[in-house]
Amino acid sequence: MNRIARAWDSDLAYSFRHSPVAVVAAFVALLIILAAALAPLIAPHDPFNPASLNLMDGFTPPMEPNAFTGNTYWLGTDNQGRDIFSAILYGARISLFVGFSAVLFAMVLGIAVGLLAAWRGGWVDSLLMRIADVQLSFPSILIALLIFGVARGVIPPAYREEMAIWVLIVAIGLSDWVQFARVVRGAAMVEKAREYVQAARVIGVHPVRIVLTHILPNVMGPVLVIATIGLALAIIAEATLSFLGVGVPPTQPSLGTLIRIGQGFLFSGEWWIILFPSIALLALALSVNLLGDWLRDALNPRLK
Amino acid sequence: MTHPFSRTAARRVATSLMLSAAMLGAGLTAAQAETLRWARVGDALTLDPHSANEGPTSTLLHHIYETLVRRDTDGSLKPRLATEWFIHPDDPTVWVFRLREGVTFHDGAAFTAEDVVASITRVTSETSDFKGLHTAVAGAEAIDDYTVHIKMSGPSPLYVQNLTNFFVMDKGWIEANGVETPQDFKAGEEKFTVRNTNGTGPYTLVSRDPEVRTVLAANPGHWDAAPAVTEIVYTPIKEAATRVAALLSGEVDFVQDVPVQDIERLSNTAGISVTTGAENRTIFFAYDMTSDSLKSVPGDNPFKNPQVREAMALALDRDAIRQVVMRGQSVPGGQNVPPFVNGHDPALDAYSAPDYDAAKALMTEAGYADGFSVDLHCPNDRYINDEAICQAYVGMLGRIGIKANLVSQSRTIHFPAIQNGEVDFYLLGWGVPTFDSQYVFDFLVHSPADGRGGWNGSRYNNPEIDAKIESLATETDLAKRDATIAEIWQTLQQDRVFLMVHNQLLAYAAKDNVEIAVHPENQPSMTTVTFK
Repeated sequence: MNRIARAWDSDLAYSFRHSPVAVVAAFVALLIILAAALAPLIAPHDPFNPASLNLMDGFTPPMEPNAFTGNTYWLGTDNQGRDIFSAILYGARISLFVGFSAVLFAMVLGIAVGLLAAWRGGWVDSLLMRIADVQLSFPSILIALLIFGVARGVIPPAYREEMAIWVLIVAIGLSDWVQFARVVRGAAMVEKAREYVQAARVIGVHPVRIVLTHILPNVMGPVLVIATIGLALAIIAEATLSFLGVGVPPTQPSLGTLIRIGQGFLFSGEWWIILFPSIALLALALSVNLLGDWLRDALNPRLK
Repeated sequence: MTHPFSRTAARRVATSLMLSAAMLGAGLTAAQAETLRWARVGDALTLDPHSANEGPTSTLLHHIYETLVRRDTDGSLKPRLATEWFIHPDDPTVWVFRLREGVTFHDGAAFTAEDVVASITRVTSETSDFKGLHTAVAGAEAIDDYTVHIKMSGPSPLYVQNLTNFFVMDKGWIEANGVETPQDFKAGEEKFTVRNTNGTGPYTLVSRDPEVRTVLAANPGHWDAAPAVTEIVYTPIKEAATRVAALLSGEVDFVQDVPVQDIERLSNTAGISVTTGAENRTIFFAYDMTSDSLKSVPGDNPFKNPQVREAMALALDRDAIRQVVMRGQSVPGGQNVPPFVNGHDPALDAYSAPDYDAAKALMTEAGYADGFSVDLHCPNDRYINDEAICQAYVGMLGRIGIKANLVSQSRTIHFPAIQNGEVDFYLLGWGVPTFDSQYVFDFLVHSPADGRGGWNGSRYNNPEIDAKIESLATETDLAKRDATIAEIWQTLQQDRVFLMVHNQLLAYAAKDNVEIAVHPENQPSMTTVTFK
């Protein structure tokens, strides 16, 4: 039996095939991720190149020619004459990049802290878990704002624009690691007490090796579930920060920035500037979240 | 009972007022308590009356503190704390002010000539942001309780025009609280005067939560007629849509900064009226044109090259900005001074259409065929669509190879950065409270020295122009003075010190029962508000 057939017959794949929600969510998420990844090939315009914009194209309604230039845009343009469709593709790219990177960062940090706490136990465990408790008592968006504020103060203005995305990633990642650390610690403590770990210790395997090659693979299941749900949360966190105006620079709008811009035109009738980026963000966050939900149920032996 | 009405009660009163007006065909007199909830885009930077020469700050302070003279909505000077002013008949270098009798400060102290002298000393001290308006002052002297002589270093026939934002403080209060010098705003200093006030104005400070809410109550001991508005709740609301939503939902009564895109919608909404008018304020770009090295272009300064400056002017499409960004709510121009200010010249105010080919050719000639990259600093909570103007210009500059990195920040960071010389290229707006070009020259053009040049972020340094600017303060022959002003403008336009974008138009929106006139300096006084 080859690998693909084996994967197709696995419990996980079976559960996936029999969950319409998961199939649709995966399709939507994949579609957006692909569209974002291939944005330079698909998008009719480059919204990040200010020189290519014509201000007179501003506020063009969807599917209608502009009154001055006669140009028509599928989803209309914003106040700077940016094509909304292209801006969404490029914006989703930034949102996804920030989301993936922030989750990866939080995951690596959280796993490291969790494994360390579980393996060493004692005061190291207590200290790390108390830090986690303190951080959990603050809403993560506040922590992200705090980190962002500090970074703004530390980074010289000349580099702020280039650094903005990396600061976002660190800010969101640092506010999210606790979930990972908690789950990994719990699972690792269970594994640590198992016979195979005891056996490895008795024959004198190096602790680092035990942790990385024996314990870690056995705690990855729940980690993947949190990572998927965390991705949706990170995308929303990025949108929130950009909406508040502290995220990416205005010349490189992410989905949150586009929504912030559109919000200013809610009352004046230019509904398309806020509506389409909002739908894109909603579709992205919802599909990833539903996938995470399905994954959690599928991996939970008690629900079977 | 000073504030008998809660928010909802006040709304109910307003509603019942409208109803009774409609039913009886006559309005009620404003003998009862009336709260006016006032929203605008930003808060006052400080409550220290001599620390920040900035529009919204002065606007709020005019309600708490008073000036010797005030500017009426038609531009003329009217008595306020001074009842009479003239140049001393025997000495052309002395201004005589007769003061209003029976005026008291909020803490009960009597207002006398000594208070004016102490305030002059304070406003001319080093940390004052208004000192540029008082460079000609040699000293002040109290002749008797209600007469002040202000001695100038030479004849200064127009000095009284500089006093419309000169707030008078109580000498005893200054000394008791150790606030002899103004808060050093650009250094971020904190002082007693930042949150505490004691003026003679029509309103007293009830509470202040910076950037959130400031509450003022009518001063029962004020010398002038009691205003119809007995309580002011001032709320800064940065987001345009939120500000409009607050007015639409009845959460505020008056919005001072109406987003241009919402003027039409608000005009068509029943129960809300919009008033528009010209503002005494120009919006322009400026750049460091003398340093050898820029902060964001290490080792070089392209702005030093006149061809680059000309190319940048040719890239600016003012009409497109007016049409799209401002939705027609601006008057584009080429001279950085509003049309009703002395020194405005229609010939200089003319501007050319953009010409990207010519601009590119100039860039190549200047040795920047591949362009350059520079930071553009922009406020995002001060002028009408400030950030959108900058973004639009970033695109236009991109077409001639200049990559401008937009740094858009709150004005609380943007303004000190300009004053401290930390930015290379920026957007600024400038109003002219004196209605005379000298004000523009003193603050924006003169090299930083002797209280002048406090906002000269261009680092423009021309000794010949400096001498001409200094001569304006003491020139008594007005024809000759106007000729000098014209000469200075000619040079400034040739050197392209400013890249003028447009004059702002103002739009105020208020509930139908609130009557308020557009003030050309955008400094509306709530004492002039009447209720229908």
